[in-house]
Amino acid sequence: MMPEKTTSWAEERSQMRAAATNAILHLHPTRVPAAALRFAYTWGLGGMSATLATLLILTGVLLQFRYDATIEGAYTSIQLLESQVQFGALVRAVHHWSANLLVVTVFLHLLRVFFTGGFKRDRATNWVIGLILLLTVLAFNFTGYLLPWDQLAYWAATVSTSLISYIPLVGTAVSNFILGGTEIGQNTLRNFYALHVAVLPVILIAILSYHFWRIRRDGGISQPESVRQGGLRLTTIPHLVRREAAVAAALIAGILIWSMAFPAPLGELANPVLSPNPAKAAWYFLGLQELLLHMHPLAAMSLVSIVLVGLVLLPRWDRHAGDIGVYFRSRRGRIAAIVGAVLGLQIVPILVIVDEFWLDWAVLFPNQPAFVVDGLLPLALTLLGLATIYGGLRRLLRADHSEALVGLFTFVMVSLVMLTAVGVYFRGANMVLLWPW
Amino acid sequence: MMESEQTEQTTPGQISRRNFLKMGMGALGAAALLELGGAGLLYLQPRETADAFGKVIQAGPVDSFPTGSVTEFRNGRFFLVRGQSGGFLAVYRRCPHLGCNVNWLPEENHFHCPCHAARFDEFGDLESPPVPRPLDTFPVVIQDGQVTVDTSRRQQREQFAPEQLAYAA
Repeated sequence: MMPEKTTSWAEERSQMRAAATNAILHLHPTRVPAAALRFAYTWGLGGMSATLATLLILTGVLLQFRYDATIEGAYTSIQLLESQVQFGALVRAVHHWSANLLVVTVFLHLLRVFFTGGFKRDRATNWVIGLILLLTVLAFNFTGYLLPWDQLAYWAATVSTSLISYIPLVGTAVSNFILGGTEIGQNTLRNFYALHVAVLPVILIAILSYHFWRIRRDGGISQPESVRQGGLRLTTIPHLVRREAAVAAALIAGILIWSMAFPAPLGELANPVLSPNPAKAAWYFLGLQELLLHMHPLAAMSLVSIVLVGLVLLPRWDRHAGDIGVYFRSRRGRIAAIVGAVLGLQIVPILVIVDEFWLDWAVLFPNQPAFVVDGLLPLALTLLGLATIYGGLRRLLRADHSEALVGLFTFVMVSLVMLTAVGVYFRGANMVLLWPW
Repeated sequence: MMESEQTEQTTPGQISRRNFLKMGMGALGAAALLELGGAGLLYLQPRETADAFGKVIQAGPVDSFPTGSVTEFRNGRFFLVRGQSGGFLAVYRRCPHLGCNVNWLPEENHFHCPCHAARFDEFGDLESPPVPRPLDTFPVVIQDGQVTVDTSRRQQREQFAPEQLAYAA
């Protein structure tokens, strides 16, 4: 039986187009300021992160069909995936490289939003949501890192979970809870797997949806007041959508080509008897691991917590809203950022080298307990240094509060990058400082 | 609705029926959440595995360990140290800093952790920060010329002391 009324091909096509338009306009407003479309404003970083998250979900689902979450089977199932399964190596490589690149793009996205004042006023909530998303991404990477059950995975997880046990009072209980026992084993693998494929995806999708919705509710991405008042506005379709599609397509193509050229690494089977030398955490945690060479674990974790709390409270701390949408706030803010970056580039390597070869707190303060000498003292000095940088920018550069914070933030972020670089490239066997080439 | 609220007469210090029920519902809800949270924690709590680590290990006869030697027991996860005085010490191989396994470097006469460059002397006493304490030990018992180590009883210590060494009776 033929249906009573047949719709023509052209009509069907226009209906589909209307549905697609409807979906896009749920996400985006109908019109956007022409200035907001400039690539050099957003660098497409939020869109890239969303694209990578999509790639990760798709490849992650595929990997689940082939992965065996037992300590006997995990490593073998990855080997089979790499050698026997059609396109298995490609799927895993795309998942691996997308996950690594996602850490980079969300970090750069955070920088972009900070430097354009995208956390101020109404966008304060979405700034905090973004920070939660950053931590979610790190949790994804951390849990996923263990799953191949190779040497790197096993020892990186050992180092990271040992860190948790330094939290006062509850540390050991929390660590045992995450591990499902006192040491890494089958229970740990099962816990990490459940978190990685069930708990975290639900959290990510829920929070990410809210993140997108908030962008629209807060009036689109941050723009200077002048642009918001007047200025040319273009329709979202096709101007914004076309740009987004171009960035996503280029990124996917790049990831595919890269993944074909460089398969995801797989070390030797996890061996609880033998720590590799050096035993390093995943690269995005190497900044923290480097910090641990210089401070008591509790001091290092306190420092990280202080920076995180500072980022969360940033919208309350910097209420100056006149400079929203302007990179680095102003000319002076730009100079403050350069000063912060140069200081970070210089001070961090100098301190690392001084601490490695000459500085010995225990000799300078022989009668103090290790916690004070190794923990409180370096922590206090670091915080004093940060305060000095802020004060110096205010006084010498005559920067206002908002501009001085730009310098301070830049210093902290560049320092983090430098610590990570030292951990990745300049630490050899026995974690000795060495020149990599 | 407004009228019915107005008819409810309450004297100061008394709770209206409506508020009492609201509070009761709230309390019940909080109790339910606590129960669910508690049940969840119990459900997910660490499980004991059948082959959990820790048992009494027969290390061997006293004479098979020369004085001033360090012998690794990989499966037992410890190093059996025999000092120059002839005393024994079983040193747990897990670094108390971040949980990596220390290696014994005989040519340098100390233990070395590959994760954070921590160093310990031959009795597991720490030589360099940022390690919080020396390597943990297991009790050593020497009976009838046989050395046994109980790896189910791990001991923490502040620093090395000669009393920690076990001697043949």
